[in-house]
Amino acid sequence: MAQFICRDVSLGYDGEVIAEHISFEINAGDYLCIVGENGSGKSTLVRAMLKLHEPMSGEITTGDGVSRTDVGYLPQQTEVQRDFPASVREIVLSGFTGHLGARPFYSREQKAAAVRAMEQLGIAHLARRCYRELSCGQQQRVLLARALCAAKKILLLDEPAAGLDPKVTGEMYSLIENFNREDGTTIIMVSHDIAAAVRYATHILHIGHKRNFFGTKEEYIKSEDGRAFIQLSGEDEIRT
Amino acid sequence: MSVSLIFEKLALYFEYPFIRNALIVGVLISLCSSLLGVTLVLKRFSFIGDGLSHVAFGALAVATVLGISNDMIVIIPVTILCAVLLLKSSSKAKIKGDASLAMLSVSAMAVGYLILNVFSTSSNISGDICTTLFGSTSILTLSRSDVWISIVMSAAVIIIFLLFYNKIFAVTFDEAFSAAVGIRAGVYNMLIAIVTAVIIVLAMNLVGSLLISALVIFPSLSAMRVYKSFRAVVICSAVLSVLCSAIGIIISILASTPVGSTIVIANIVTFSIFSAVGALVGHRRGA
Ligand SMILES: Nc1ncnc2c1ncn2[C@@H]1O[C@H](COP(=O)(O)OP(=O)(O)OP(=O)(O)O)[C@@H](O)[C@H]1O
Ligand SMILES: [Mg+2]
Repeated sequence: MAQFICRDVSLGYDGEVIAEHISFEINAGDYLCIVGENGSGKSTLVRAMLKLHEPMSGEITTGDGVSRTDVGYLPQQTEVQRDFPASVREIVLSGFTGHLGARPFYSREQKAAAVRAMEQLGIAHLARRCYRELSCGQQQRVLLARALCAAKKILLLDEPAAGLDPKVTGEMYSLIENFNREDGTTIIMVSHDIAAAVRYATHILHIGHKRNFFGTKEEYIKSEDGRAFIQLSGEDEIRT
Repeated sequence: MSVSLIFEKLALYFEYPFIRNALIVGVLISLCSSLLGVTLVLKRFSFIGDGLSHVAFGALAVATVLGISNDMIVIIPVTILCAVLLLKSSSKAKIKGDASLAMLSVSAMAVGYLILNVFSTSSNISGDICTTLFGSTSILTLSRSDVWISIVMSAAVIIIFLLFYNKIFAVTFDEAFSAAVGIRAGVYNMLIAIVTAVIIVLAMNLVGSLLISALVIFPSLSAMRVYKSFRAVVICSAVLSVLCSAIGIIISILASTPVGSTIVIANIVTFSIFSAVGALVGHRRGA
């Protein structure tokens, strides 16, 4: 049974359609990359999958016993966060808020798990530092650690590599690949990095103006949309 | 005045219940408003104290004209409604939160003033308006029931804040994320809005909108100059707020200055000191 099923979904704001006829299925352990131009509706789709945005038509269902507390989310950055007084530890711990229920405070196990998540991402030494004083790459790791605390089953990542240098980007991708390979975490990632998308993903969803593409990455590389998009991105070498 | 003389004078003043009341209420209101203040400032709602008290003034004008004797029945719900609408719409609205707040505040003030002018039987309209700015009952003339209401409301605010501290942090830091992991962000925004409205209406009567705005903004801004974690900022702003209010009230008694302004000035001085400290610390860290 699939974890996420999207059936003929149309997305838009204020009655204006921005993307339509999106259909796909994600199974446990898949690595899906969502690609497409700026403004094609990738973030909106992610938000719709998290029930933060209502699709105009079609339906998005979860299966395989997936509930909200199984999904970790790494949003595309918002501006308010930049001058927020918050320590790294506080932010990573806040990943557990969804698991608190009626309890007011975090448990000892949750605090220990937060420390483990920070160690995993190599930011344990930054725990007491202020988030806003970190570099872009460090900040992304903090938000990824938070997403990890929120859930181990599915990670929804909206441009996790935005603003990172090539080296840190590579590290980020291999971290994410690790979660997918070793822990069997389902990864759903929005990315402009088409090279990385075809390298790491098992499936690709391309949201386009005229039509969408969904399939395995092998199919995508052969498809017309895929070839055009890959060429546009100047990534000829990856076709080989 | 020598130090011992000041202490003698203070000891004498503390014999008076109205001074103890002023201290209790001043400290409690500043504690509550500083707790909320951190969230409000971070949500870009620094002016909510000002705006909502003007809304409350508009509601008061309507209540007066309609001849409703217990005006709180009108004022509290209207203010809560405005607070909820403001905080709720801020993320989606076409008009930014601060702009809609400014609009609401000015409109409520204008409509309220107009209504009072046209319909009111009261002869002291400018007095009524002065009241919204500086408080109807001066903090030095509080009644026993004022004190008890403040104690109960403050206890409620503090308990709510402690119980929901972690969720309030999550929602304030990143609303989208908290909503995604199943926190009903709307509910907590509503909670913050309601508590804010209640505190502001209470405080407006007691200390006026000038002071309540200062109490919401200053302690958290001062704390943010120096401290970089949410918890440290919350604790520091609570401590600062209480200290500034207590010191302000004591100075105003000793020097016979207006209470509200003295408290605000204590906050301005603290802010300057914390800014300087923050700049120094930041400079040293940067070097
Ligand atoms: N809150 C909103 N209200 C109205 N329109 C919006 C809103 N958010 C996004 N849009 C519009 O919807 C379209 C898709 O936005 P979305 O953020 O989903 O794009 P995206 O594919 O994630 O782009 P990017 O690659 O730049 O992140 C854009 O044209 C944008 O202007
Ligand atoms: Mg996007």
